[in-house]
Amino acid sequence: MIISIASGKGGTGKTTVATNLALCLSNKVQLLDCDVEEPNAHLFLNPVFQQKEPVFAPVPQIDLEKCTFCKKCMDICRFGALAVLKKDVMIFENLCHSCGGCFEVCPENAVIEKKRTLGIIGHGSVNGMSFINGRLDVGQVMVPPIIKKVRSYTNPDLITIIDAPPGTSCPVIAAMNKADMILLVTEPTPFGLHDLKLAVDTVKILDIPCGIVINRAGIGNDEVNKYAEKENIPILMEIPFDKKIAQIYSNGQMIVDELPEYREKFLALFQKIAQLIEKGGQK
Amino acid sequence: MKELIILSGKGGTGKTSITSAFASLAKDMVLCDADVDAADLHLILNPDFKLSYDFIGGHEALINLEKCTQCGRCIELCRFDAVKDSFEIDPIACEGCGVCVDLCPEAAIDFPETLCGQWYISDTRLGPMVHARLGIAQENSGKLVSLIRQEAKKLAAKENLDLILTDGPPGIGCPVIASIGQANAVLIVAEPTVSGFHDMERVAELARHFNIPAMVCINKYDLNLEQTQRIEIHAQKNNIVIVGRISFDPAFTEAMIQAKTIFEYNKDSQAATETRQVWDAIVSLPAFNAPVNNIQQHL
Repeated sequence: MIISIASGKGGTGKTTVATNLALCLSNKVQLLDCDVEEPNAHLFLNPVFQQKEPVFAPVPQIDLEKCTFCKKCMDICRFGALAVLKKDVMIFENLCHSCGGCFEVCPENAVIEKKRTLGIIGHGSVNGMSFINGRLDVGQVMVPPIIKKVRSYTNPDLITIIDAPPGTSCPVIAAMNKADMILLVTEPTPFGLHDLKLAVDTVKILDIPCGIVINRAGIGNDEVNKYAEKENIPILMEIPFDKKIAQIYSNGQMIVDELPEYREKFLALFQKIAQLIEKGGQK
Repeated sequence: MKELIILSGKGGTGKTSITSAFASLAKDMVLCDADVDAADLHLILNPDFKLSYDFIGGHEALINLEKCTQCGRCIELCRFDAVKDSFEIDPIACEGCGVCVDLCPEAAIDFPETLCGQWYISDTRLGPMVHARLGIAQENSGKLVSLIRQEAKKLAAKENLDLILTDGPPGIGCPVIASIGQANAVLIVAEPTVSGFHDMERVAELARHFNIPAMVCINKYDLNLEQTQRIEIHAQKNNIVIVGRISFDPAFTEAMIQAKTIFEYNKDSQAATETRQVWDAIVSLPAFNAPVNNIQQHL
């Protein structure tokens, strides 16, 4: 079972929901932190990392002794990552999408695959829970390959909880795609609602069942509730706005540890998610 | 001409509320919303859309099944698993690299342009605004960010306006890198939480990587004084100018609900007073007024 926790807008509480939900289910769960630009889940769960592994992308390197400067590599590259000069070839690694076109078309076998490090994957565990996160190197741009790498460690015997990045473009798709259910965390404000609608549109394209968690309930207005009702999307949980919760979060603590009554609430959330997946599977 | 980019690393720290507040204070300015994935600035500024343009972000492969002999070469070549066993292209997975298009032995793959979104030039009560909307599940957000920043500069030059205020995207990836190149300065809006600290550190490192002067203000600072101090100590050690603290104030949310900036909603609120102090600190900084570093444009 794969549950992807997303939001559209940043800072609505994705990581809070992902980590607290995971902690309640501990040894049945693996948590995949796919917000690789700004991974935060480890700050709350403090896993022990057993292993770190770099994520590479293949980028071209030119063997100038073999190169005849025919420009075929430059012509196939749609991303402007190669510039063939009279006696040299310039490579702009940051523009390369690792499509492999240049390796394929070079008639002289002069394009060599070089590995470029995009980021790092951490493998860890905490309380019997398996924890994996991805971390983009600062200055790198290729995010989806790291997310895909994190997700390649999905264990079908466990409940997989994905902490997704904000937004609606390629990184979010990489973190949502092929999930069994998407949990959208929002806040009841105009920004929260606006970005929730974008997130719902994204989920619709992927055709995956979804539900909503309203975080900081009471801070704004009830437009999110009205929207959810109109769109027939279930609100699975509301976490009230409470300065105490905000402070627990700010210190990197877990709500279910500090306010034990929330353990049952998160378990109830999981039951609702499981029911929704069952229903969604029958449609 | 000066350009200030408001970033945060972590989402939801108050970038957009603070950008719109600055818009109430700044004069002769163009606004630019570079959070093209989930743009929100228009919800406060209620723009009057004057001009609207299509954003052609790239191309997408399309197999012509009549010409296709199902030889499987495209499946073999595609590094993005975008060719299904039925010899159809999964548009979400397709990266637009065109390798299959060029190398299909039957020339059976078309490569039409894809409409990836729209961008707009609008009027608002606080000044002209350049903004965009990336289509759902589209790629090339970095390219769109670069495009609207370019257009904001053109507009500022045309209207003889001296400042561009850019509301940036969260994170540190492609659209963020596209939003900071050649800017005068970056303001990082940090929140005093362990994750806020962690994310601020990474976005500050990014600014340093691209040689853009960074400043930091701490929003909702009174939520956790210990974390606030931790951010300030980090800033001091890393040559990041601290431009102030803003209190946790429900007036920001109340203003947002009424589609107002904090100054339009309650200019005497504590948060408004503190935001004004932050703005005054920014505009008096030498880094903000210095000519832009001639840095290499990376995207």
